[in-house]
Amino acid sequence: MKAAAFNYQRANSVQEVIQLLGKYGDNAKLMAGGQSLLPSLNMRLSNPQILIDLQNIAELKGITQTDQVVRVGAMTTHTEIENSPIIQQHLPILSEAVPHIAHRAIRNLGTWGGSCVYGDPAAEWPACAVALNGVMVIQGAQGERRVLAKDFFLDLYTTALEPNEILVATEFNLSAATNKHYFEELSRRHGDYAATGIVCQVELKQDVVIDSRIVYFSVASTPLMALGVQESLKGKNIQSLISPEFLSSAIQMAKSEIATLADLTNSAQMKTHLVGVLLERALKHIAH
Amino acid sequence: MNTTSISMTLNGQLIHAEVEPRQHLVDFIREDQNLTGSHLGCEQGACGACTVKVNGQIVRGCLVLAVQANGANVQTIEGLTADGVYKDLQQAFLQFNALQCGFCTSGMLLAGAELIETKPHATRSEIREWISGNYCRCTGYQAIVDAIAHVLEERQSNLK
Repeated sequence: MKAAAFNYQRANSVQEVIQLLGKYGDNAKLMAGGQSLLPSLNMRLSNPQILIDLQNIAELKGITQTDQVVRVGAMTTHTEIENSPIIQQHLPILSEAVPHIAHRAIRNLGTWGGSCVYGDPAAEWPACAVALNGVMVIQGAQGERRVLAKDFFLDLYTTALEPNEILVATEFNLSAATNKHYFEELSRRHGDYAATGIVCQVELKQDVVIDSRIVYFSVASTPLMALGVQESLKGKNIQSLISPEFLSSAIQMAKSEIATLADLTNSAQMKTHLVGVLLERALKHIAH
Repeated sequence: MNTTSISMTLNGQLIHAEVEPRQHLVDFIREDQNLTGSHLGCEQGACGACTVKVNGQIVRGCLVLAVQANGANVQTIEGLTADGVYKDLQQAFLQFNALQCGFCTSGMLLAGAELIETKPHATRSEIREWISGNYCRCTGYQAIVDAIAHVLEERQSNLK
């Protein structure tokens, strides 16, 4: 199908975007890579009066590292994340997640910020942002504010962004501790949305877990953290994570604390089953 | 009807045009510029038949607006096949019978070429993963993978 008519404007700075949002309000839609927006326009699920294209705004682009912080600009494409040596070195979970995002032609245009702001619960980046304890940097008419990723994704396609705000970047504080991580998603076909996915980041001190984040995606209306499992990992030697007793109690805990919702092709029961399967694989990977 | 003036380099030629903001790039290329090698299948980013190159990278032609490509360098299958990796791929597609109806072929060639250019050591499973964004309803993919693998091998052996 063809999109309904709309107007189009390219903004050249974040300030200009905020002015345009002030002028047009809800009638405007910001366009990052457009890889979710254009299908929704073509299917006439969305009918904005004006699209504000962000492609010219240099301050939203690129990956930079300063001291112990890596900053991913909102307009950084998936392919740029895939190819970034900074990401490979400091945030390898993101490098491992990228190939699961759609297909190359889509990754060449789709962006980090577009995916986060869209807030699709089946998308990889929101879950990764939560697992890496990212800080969402938001700009509005009143200036800049920062929201932890775990507080950013509020509900289905709903984030903490206010109507006149724009996400400018996500910042990740690099930990000095040893990290182990695991990313996996189960889907029917490569590039499809996951039936269920997991992102784990575990911080270790001499093989003892000092902190962890275990985040599921495509299970409910937002990414969900397995808080009970995270608590139970604390202070454990990683070898003990794969003892049959610990493993079975952790799987039980994850299955009961992650409240799954069915999607079009997968039942809630199936997702709950996969929550356990993925946790077992993650813990076995981390222990080795 | 509200229109916008755009200009872009299309297959090496600078063009100027008036477009509606809602017109996507592949409609602009096919209907206004009469280049019908890029095809329009699903119009929602699933099938890959509309693949074109914008500023050197493959994109879905149905998920880019013509106005977004204002100022860009756009290439379609018509402008790419004179030589190089595209010509080799076309030869291999013929040799391995990697097309029947041809609807997906231009998209397959563009996707295959970007794989060969960015991952010269790609394995068969990487080829399959890479072209998983392009639907073919005739061949069952085997012959397409054979053709791309053949070009990769030839290029490797030519380097030796």
